[in-house]
Amino acid sequence: MDWSFMTEYAPLFAESARITVMIGGIGTLLALVTGLICAWIMYFRIPLLRQIAAVYTELSRNTPLIVQLFFLYFGLPKAGVVLSSELCGIIGLTFLGGSYMAESFYAALKTVSVSQIESAESLGLSRYQTMRYTVIPQAARAAVPPLCANVIFLLKETSVFSAVSLADLMFTAKDLIGMYYNTTEILIMLAAFYLLILLPVSVLFSLLERRMNRGRI
Amino acid sequence: MEGYEVIFAGSNFIRLLSGLWVTVRISLISIGFSLIFGFIVGIAMTGRSPLIKALCRVYLEIVRMIPQLVWLFIMYFGVTRMTGLNLSGEAASVIVFTIWGAAETADLVRSAFQSVPVHQFESGRALGLSQFQLYFFVILPQAVKNLFPNIINLATRMIKTTALISLIGVTEVLKVGKQVIDANRYDAPDAALWVYGAIFLMYFAVCFPLSLLSRRLTERKE
Repeated sequence: MDWSFMTEYAPLFAESARITVMIGGIGTLLALVTGLICAWIMYFRIPLLRQIAAVYTELSRNTPLIVQLFFLYFGLPKAGVVLSSELCGIIGLTFLGGSYMAESFYAALKTVSVSQIESAESLGLSRYQTMRYTVIPQAARAAVPPLCANVIFLLKETSVFSAVSLADLMFTAKDLIGMYYNTTEILIMLAAFYLLILLPVSVLFSLLERRMNRGRI
Repeated sequence: MEGYEVIFAGSNFIRLLSGLWVTVRISLISIGFSLIFGFIVGIAMTGRSPLIKALCRVYLEIVRMIPQLVWLFIMYFGVTRMTGLNLSGEAASVIVFTIWGAAETADLVRSAFQSVPVHQFESGRALGLSQFQLYFFVILPQAVKNLFPNIINLATRMIKTTALISLIGVTEVLKVGKQVIDANRYDAPDAALWVYGAIFLMYFAVCFPLSLLSRRLTERKE
């Protein structure tokens, strides 16, 4: 084990970890927004938009991220749409994550039973009030565990970005292996940095879930 | 030549399909192994030994926490170098996807077994069934019903994840696509759009029926 090599290149890994977290974070946030919009459309059965959302979720859920990225990065420029690799990464992650988020949110909204909504209506609550005070507080609690799982899933998926030459952790590792052949050290660093990103997120989420479940009957 | 003609020119379409088959074959083999090992680990996790439970938990968390692409790199570049083994890309992929798939299967098996009510176990024991008889004739048939849609879901995920193997040099559908695009660079400069679009639809054609099946099974259970 070559420790001096590892300390020498740790800053480079840290820099690419920053890129991984940044692009992953932006993509996850946009996926969250996309998911909320799609879940809303599916829940209220808005005509036409609902069909579009259904086609989108099926296309997104049944294809791998790397194929989506290849299409965006290598295919679209031939149709005149040139995207930077960062933009490709963000769009790809949003496209993939949006459907996962949508399904989780939709399932969460569905857990609120009809009797709750009917009770709210019979109390004279407006449609807005029903959503605001009855449905959303209950659905939010049900949405937390799948939401956390989705965020971790999406952060892990960012490792594919290196295939469209985004300088993330994976890319740096590949680059260094090609230059120095210190395969063992580089791979250990790679795994360690992913754990450094994902472990705190995972611990944070399990604490959050425990907190959400407190006082539940 | 127009871009879309490239997909069907010569033997290109057959080549793309055989590339897709490489992906599907590796997934199928990995799923088979994952089921075998996953069931063993999953049943071990429902057992009483806290040590075995803890070990399984650690295995599960470590495998899940690190991205599959990193595992592929570790297996293909790292383990081969450390041990001096000569693994082909396909063998490395099967090993990685089996280790990962077994972990995921184990967790599904564990939750399926735990969803069987305790009184079923107790009634079985009260009837004097042995441990094997209890699991094989009483618990397993009930657990499988809950398990089946989840396993199909996992299979879809594994097929999608197998797309990563082009990055460790296995000639699968993405690699074949690139070859086709490069070979027609001058005749059809916009082939990339069509070929990658076709591959996108090919994956969809494989995974969508599985997703539908899983959804049907879940609905019927309810």
